[in-house]
Amino acid sequence: MSQPLPLKRQGEHDDGAAPIKPSRLKIALSSDDADKKNANKRVKEVEICVPIVYGTSAFYLGRKASESQSHKWTVYVRGASNEDLGVVIKRAVFQLHPSFNNPTRVVESPPFELSECGWGEFEIAITLHFHSDVCDKQLDLYHPLKLYPEDESGPQSTKKPVVVESYDEIVFPEPSEAFIVRVQNHPAVVVPRLPAGLNLPSPVPIETGNEKERGDTKDHPLSQWFLNFSEADELLKLAAARQQVQAHIVKLRRQLSLVEGMPQLSKPPSTYES
Amino acid sequence: MDAKDILGLPKNSFPALEKKSRPHKESHRKPDGISREVYALTGGLPPLMPSLDSSQLKKKPPSHEKITWQWLPFTNSARKDNLQLYHWVRVVNGVPPTGDYSFAKYNKSVDVVKYTDEEYDKYLTDPMWTKEETNQLFDLCERFDLRFIVIADRFPSSRTIEELKDRYYSVSRAILIARASSSGDVATHPLVKEPYNVTQEIERKRALSMVLSQTRQQERRDEEVVVEAKRIAELRMPAKAVEESQLAASNAVPEVTGRAVPGETASPSNNAQLPPFTLPDNASTIASLRILRVYLRTYALDQMVQATTSSAGPRTVKRIEQTLLDLGVNLKPRVPTKAVCAEHLELRKEMLTLLNLQKQVQYKEAEGSPFCDGSYNEAPGTPKDWTFIPDSMNFGGERVSKKDQKRKGHGHPSSAGHKRPRKKASEF
Repeated sequence: MSQPLPLKRQGEHDDGAAPIKPSRLKIALSSDDADKKNANKRVKEVEICVPIVYGTSAFYLGRKASESQSHKWTVYVRGASNEDLGVVIKRAVFQLHPSFNNPTRVVESPPFELSECGWGEFEIAITLHFHSDVCDKQLDLYHPLKLYPEDESGPQSTKKPVVVESYDEIVFPEPSEAFIVRVQNHPAVVVPRLPAGLNLPSPVPIETGNEKERGDTKDHPLSQWFLNFSEADELLKLAAARQQVQAHIVKLRRQLSLVEGMPQLSKPPSTYES
Repeated sequence: MDAKDILGLPKNSFPALEKKSRPHKESHRKPDGISREVYALTGGLPPLMPSLDSSQLKKKPPSHEKITWQWLPFTNSARKDNLQLYHWVRVVNGVPPTGDYSFAKYNKSVDVVKYTDEEYDKYLTDPMWTKEETNQLFDLCERFDLRFIVIADRFPSSRTIEELKDRYYSVSRAILIARASSSGDVATHPLVKEPYNVTQEIERKRALSMVLSQTRQQERRDEEVVVEAKRIAELRMPAKAVEESQLAASNAVPEVTGRAVPGETASPSNNAQLPPFTLPDNASTIASLRILRVYLRTYALDQMVQATTSSAGPRTVKRIEQTLLDLGVNLKPRVPTKAVCAEHLELRKEMLTLLNLQKQVQYKEAEGSPFCDGSYNEAPGTPKDWTFIPDSMNFGGERVSKKDQKRKGHGHPSSAGHKRPRKKASEF
């Protein structure tokens, strides 16, 4: 019969003796469970990354605005290329300002978003819970809700929302085999080239609530306002900066070696500036 | 002959007298007899060991005794010859002091075992050692009181200290056991209980010398391996992991050169996933990130940046940030992908290197020409007009700074044979 492991130990492997290969669970199991347990094996050499964008989009309600509800806003977590995050995230919990009714809002299926009406800006805490084969720890994000545009001149537009988004990447440093296998080809997840000789079990689909509804945000009503995040610009800037710095380092090194080579000078009148 | 003799003070005047006067002197009052500053030289506290009772110091020597000092001969029982030397002796009422030379009692020596030839042949023969060598060894041991370093030096054939020790201790042990009437008698003797272990000793000394000769970098790496091991040990099996990684730590030291993470498993995974780091600080950051199981890229970058600049002061960090801004780079990348974060981190490290080099050059120049404008300039480390492009260094006049360069160049013997650096007043 299957031998239940305590939850904490699931997927852990021992260290020390084994050199290079991914370590194996040294627990005697019956053959039925061997597959299941192997699926929980962690692969150290593979780092799975899920690029996400999270933020808020707020519309001024204009004529419909009241004292207590001047804006309608949405807080969301989406895939960076608008792919369905439901493959990784099981649910998202949005913690709102205590002045809201039921400030803890749980979203069980993608798209992970929440809309509300209000008048004030505050920090929203977003907690992501992952599927069991992904990670048993949760991840916290924080985002300040912004309702009022930077440019304070002129009346607020009801057509154009105030959008603040942040790009980030969720990193799983030692994913389980089951996870790798399940998301290997999914567009929302970045899986690097797997090391040769890695034998993965066959994928086991996870239970999701609504299989029918779309979890991606490609045609989301707010998608026209989504910001673009391209790493190309940043990479270029960084490369240019590095080049400059490196060039200066070379110069300084040269100068340093020259100064060191020179004998100590005392009072060279020609170089004394008054 | 010590101070007390000369002053004529009784040698054992400490007990009750001290106890009474000491306690209320413990407080912070100024002690009598000496000024407060002098008292503070002792550390501000009364000395733990009562040294000299100050009240006794003012006493005059007892007047009813007649003290003279005489130049008299003496012998030393510790000497084997009958050498007679002279010294000053305190004579009381015409009676010189009796007793042996006071330092004779310090002439202690080690009891080195002496074996007979029969005993040798019976118990002590050894393929690696001839009888003659063993005899020589024991002779030296006796002469030099088991100072094996000296013995090894004087030993006619070249033997290592460990070999000599091994031979000496095993012979002594064998003799001891052989001579004991029953095994129970000597079982508690240290030689019998814990015999000398040659291989262990050699290993121990090797490890010690390795630790001594470790460079700072290796020390740091060792630390992180131990840290990582500790963390892993807390998560997984306790005892086994710690042992193994400690061994690995000391063994990894000579082999690791430029490898990012020694780790207790020589896994190439780290090198495959992350760009090769040369600073050892990152290794422990990576380890701690792993343990989180899930983290955000921005968080990871933040940790790495902190680890890198942990050695730098806050002013340096500010300068790096200012430089980043000057170059149009976001302090926190807007699109923190893996590649961007790696580049960002490398850039920061390079800036740190650059700043350090700058400082070095400044110091060198300040050293080299103290009478020149080197001293006019701000002292290194207070860069008021410092900008990223150090044009005051004046390299061939090729690059003109983007910002206002009000600062006068040093009058330093610059490279490329430049004479006077010019004032750079404006940008192009």
